[in-house]
Amino acid sequence: MALLTCRGLRKEFGDHVVLDHLDLTVEEHQVVALIGASGSGKSTLLRCVNLLEELDDGVIELDGEEISDPRVDPDRVRRRIGMVFQSYNLFPHLTVLENVTLAPRRVHRRARAEAEAQARELLDRVGLAGKATAYPDRLSGGQQQRVAIVRALANQPRLMLLDEVTSALDPELVGEVLSMIRDLKTDGMTMVLATHEMGFAREVADQVCFLDGGRVVEAGPPEQVLGEPTQPRTRQFLRRIIEAGRL
Amino acid sequence: MSLLRHVPSPAQQRRAEHRRRQGVRSVLVAACSTAALGTLLVLAVTGAPGWDRVRESFLDPAIARDALPAVLTGLWLNVRLLVCCAAGALLLGLVIALLRTLRGPAFFPIRALAAGYTYTFRGLPLIIVLYVLTLGVPGLRLQGMPPVLVLGGLALVLTYGGYLAEVFRAGIESIHPSQLAAARSLGLTYRQTMRHVVLPQAVRRVAPPLLNDVVALQKDVGLVSLAGPIDAVRAAQIATAETFNYTPYILAGALFVLLAIPLIAVTDWVTLRSARRQSGG
Ligand SMILES: Nc1ncnc2c1ncn2[C@@H]1O[C@H](COP(=O)(O)OP(=O)(O)OP(=O)(O)O)[C@@H](O)[C@H]1O
Ligand SMILES: [Mg+2]
Repeated sequence: MALLTCRGLRKEFGDHVVLDHLDLTVEEHQVVALIGASGSGKSTLLRCVNLLEELDDGVIELDGEEISDPRVDPDRVRRRIGMVFQSYNLFPHLTVLENVTLAPRRVHRRARAEAEAQARELLDRVGLAGKATAYPDRLSGGQQQRVAIVRALANQPRLMLLDEVTSALDPELVGEVLSMIRDLKTDGMTMVLATHEMGFAREVADQVCFLDGGRVVEAGPPEQVLGEPTQPRTRQFLRRIIEAGRL
Repeated sequence: MSLLRHVPSPAQQRRAEHRRRQGVRSVLVAACSTAALGTLLVLAVTGAPGWDRVRESFLDPAIARDALPAVLTGLWLNVRLLVCCAAGALLLGLVIALLRTLRGPAFFPIRALAAGYTYTFRGLPLIIVLYVLTLGVPGLRLQGMPPVLVLGGLALVLTYGGYLAEVFRAGIESIHPSQLAAARSLGLTYRQTMRHVVLPQAVRRVAPPLLNDVVALQKDVGLVSLAGPIDAVRAAQIATAETFNYTPYILAGALFVLLAIPLIAVTDWVTLRSARRQSGG
């Protein structure tokens, strides 16, 4: 059974239909890359899956449970999903350690010592142990984004949603974040990531989905979607990307 | 390690020397201009034709000494009222601001009440609230009516609570929605998000205007004396009526300024600190 299933998703902002009958299936341990032009609805899709946006139609199932049912408690669902944002969104008034332990302590009611031990272990694994007591504004962008990923992981999520997590980074800092995602894949984490890094999508994704006009126009293994796309709109998009020197 | 110590180049040494000389010069210039202006002011005031009469009726040391105990007793009332009313108004303002952020139809009446409260009490002059509460309410002759002092304090809390609620609300609304999204995506409930993510940042951001309102409150607590209790200004007024000399007012004014200095200093310090933090320093 698939870990995440989206069927017939529709989302509109006023007159603007952003998602239009969108279908997406993500198997456990799979990494799915969402690609598409700016404004094609990649972020909106991720936000809908995390129940941060209200759907206008369609069904989302996580682990066989329909989470788009209005009777479902969204806070309970979000505990099982980790989300990382383009702009890191760390809490500036909390130290790195407090950022990471906030959810384990307040949401999962773990004891402070236990939550901190787990957080330090996670930070250590990504080489940020020395930054535990620093405030986010003392960290580089790459370090902040890695803390944001650790913060999401501390909830031990079933699924990670990564929204263009490297777009705000200087080129030389992109690598450290990508290598962290690579490690997550090795650990078997299920991930959906919106990205403009075609090279990375090709390397890490099991499935690439091209979004256009509110739908998944083309989906498949990266070699196929990025190498021999069958849909004219995919080809057009990739041609523009190549012209911009990003592939 | 002394081998590795950086030795300033001749250019840097010249620059440092120049800066030092500039520094000495600006201190001298500041001292001279202050002295000149001060002398001018003193000459202008003491040279005025009515100076001797003014000095007698406003700056009489003997009268100041006599009035001091009564004025100090009054000032103690100001201090106690200030502490209680500031705490009460901050708490009330925070609660009202939080109520106004509640979403959902079930909370409509609460939201409406909270909004109505801030509109009313920000519009209403403090003196009127004070008179209604300290003169009107006791007229009801209810059982267990609190003393006039408490009612007067309540008037202050209600009025300042309205201002402070708006300051808190501005702070809450200044927190970027992405912070809420991040907190909610971690599974925090709305209340936990407010408590652990939004409010701590909002309060830090609006601490300077909040403290500024507390400084203003310090001057307004004296108005309770309109209803009977004797604060520092009222004590000075009584002493003035007895001696036909205004020195007690000057005394009370000086004490008020002394009282305000620490508060204002804290406000400035907090403002400076939050300005530094915001500039990413
Ligand atoms: N809260 C909102 N209110 C109104 N319109 C919105 C809102 N959020 C997104 N949109 C619109 O929805 C469309 C899709 O936005 P979305 O952010 O999902 O695109 P995206 O594929 O993530 O683009 P990008 O690659 O630039 O991040 C855009 O046209 C955007 O203007
Ligand atoms: Mg986006």
